[in-house]
Amino acid sequence: MVSLEELQSRFGEEIREKTFRDNRFIDVSSGVLLDVLSGLKADFGFSMLIDITAIDWLDYEGATDRFSVVYLLLNVETGERLTIRTAVNLPDPQLPSVCALWMSADWLEREVYDMFGISFSDHPDLRRILMPEEFAAFPLRKDYPLKGRGERHNFPVITRSEG
Amino acid sequence: MSCGFIFVFFDTRPRSMPLTPVATHGSESKEREYVWTLNFGPQHPATHTTLRLVLTLDGEKVLQAVPYIGYLHSGFEKLGEHLDFNQYVTIADRMNYLSPLANEIAWHHSVEKLLGIELTPRCKYLRTILAELMRLHDHLLNLGTTALDLGGFTAFLYFFQQREHIYDIVELASGQRFHTSYTRVGGVLFDVNTDWVNRVRKFIQNFPPVYEEVNRLLTKNRIFVDRTQGIGYLSREDAINLSATGPVARASGVERDLRRDDPYLAYNELDFDVICSTGGDCYARYLVRMQEMLESLRILEQAIENIPSGPVNIDVDSDMVLPPKPSVYRSIEGLIQHFEMIMPNRSHDVPREEVYAATESPNGELGFYIVGNNESRAWRARTRPPSFIHFAMFPHMIRDHQLSDVVAVLGSLNIIAAELDR
Repeated sequence: MVSLEELQSRFGEEIREKTFRDNRFIDVSSGVLLDVLSGLKADFGFSMLIDITAIDWLDYEGATDRFSVVYLLLNVETGERLTIRTAVNLPDPQLPSVCALWMSADWLEREVYDMFGISFSDHPDLRRILMPEEFAAFPLRKDYPLKGRGERHNFPVITRSEG
Repeated sequence: MSCGFIFVFFDTRPRSMPLTPVATHGSESKEREYVWTLNFGPQHPATHTTLRLVLTLDGEKVLQAVPYIGYLHSGFEKLGEHLDFNQYVTIADRMNYLSPLANEIAWHHSVEKLLGIELTPRCKYLRTILAELMRLHDHLLNLGTTALDLGGFTAFLYFFQQREHIYDIVELASGQRFHTSYTRVGGVLFDVNTDWVNRVRKFIQNFPPVYEEVNRLLTKNRIFVDRTQGIGYLSREDAINLSATGPVARASGVERDLRRDDPYLAYNELDFDVICSTGGDCYARYLVRMQEMLESLRILEQAIENIPSGPVNIDVDSDMVLPPKPSVYRSIEGLIQHFEMIMPNRSHDVPREEVYAATESPNGELGFYIVGNNESRAWRARTRPPSFIHFAMFPHMIRDHQLSDVVAVLGSLNIIAAELDR
């Protein structure tokens, strides 16, 4: 079991822990995120990255930041799970990429970029994955409407004579 | 008039196909003129679903495979923020459409974890039985189509006949063959009766002979073995680093099965083995899935004989489930509770917390990360999609294989576009 004191002594006092229904959440700031994740992988055995996802807190009561990015980790040998949460804000939401630690982070971070607009520095190939390349907005943000902004009606059509 | 032979020469030099310029494609230099590109396009029978691969080939050897996805993106996660927990199950249904009930069970497993609900024993056993039937359902289709893509049509048809029997069982329980939307918060839609139990028993009895026939057809079949053994090798370290879960990971030696490691539903009361292999290739994944079907049958035999009696939904007093219709029409409390459950802006007591819960779906670890906001719609409903993560492994696995192996490897990964794109 990773203890909060160990993490705080290694990475700083601002790390917080929370437990809810057998999920353990560790809240870190984006500055120490890469150090914490590399440390957890190298020294505490969290060899598998389960998921990377983001949450948009616009208009959520009591929210302090605009986005939270969540990393779900698993220790394959012991079965221990950990959830690392960090916060990013507009303008220019940026986080370090963890592709060097876990190869699966490649596509997971591309999806977070595609859906929320959060960039990952040092990512080998950060481009849209689910939406078309030329799509201009970030769909899963709360200020993007459910039915879109008319992109479907303005989709470029190539007719037989042009293409 | 002289007769002569006319030789017509067809220019058979490979030509490169123009592609839209994308960051990962460098221009081909003079020395690599022999390299050509093939579009394994979104519409192709062997991909089973709409995904696109742009293969860079040297003759028949694959040098690079760049996947393009998003052809089936339908905004499922955005819909999760606008639909009720009981309405979203219709969307979760449509993700891994080979095993719809498995997705529903995973979704409500996460929702019930957020709400802190403990299911009744009868409901746990019922959901376990349905989850194992869905595991059979998924593996039957996956193995059938793997055989089909490699040319063995018979295995496909035999397995699909068994899937029809599972469709009948599910239809008897929920009224729908396919996208059942059968689970609800705190229970299931309808209870089952002895007729259903007998039908499941009959299925359990009739399945092993068919399994044996297809096993004899494929497992030691020279052609099948040649086309799948040594193909698409995934080492244990790579499987962990690339976040493989489910049969794909277990075939590479990662001994993880959520049914045993984090038991949920009735799995801690049932006896079963976790099937692993060290082979790591397509043949090992085939063997793991075949044996998993037998283990599912074993779980089904135990569970179907031991279904506890009692209510299938949790108690009406918890304010999480709909009251029975007679009490809605005849008592004011029932009417009020029905109103509170159905009308928007009135709902369960949902804590303003985040939770992640996963189940062992046939494809791997299917989990939902749900953020609650004290209303019966999630603030964020993220699916952890096993197909998405497995498809990201594909370029790594296909390097230096032949073009015909693309189909074998793609089939063994069990990529479902609806779960891939959501």
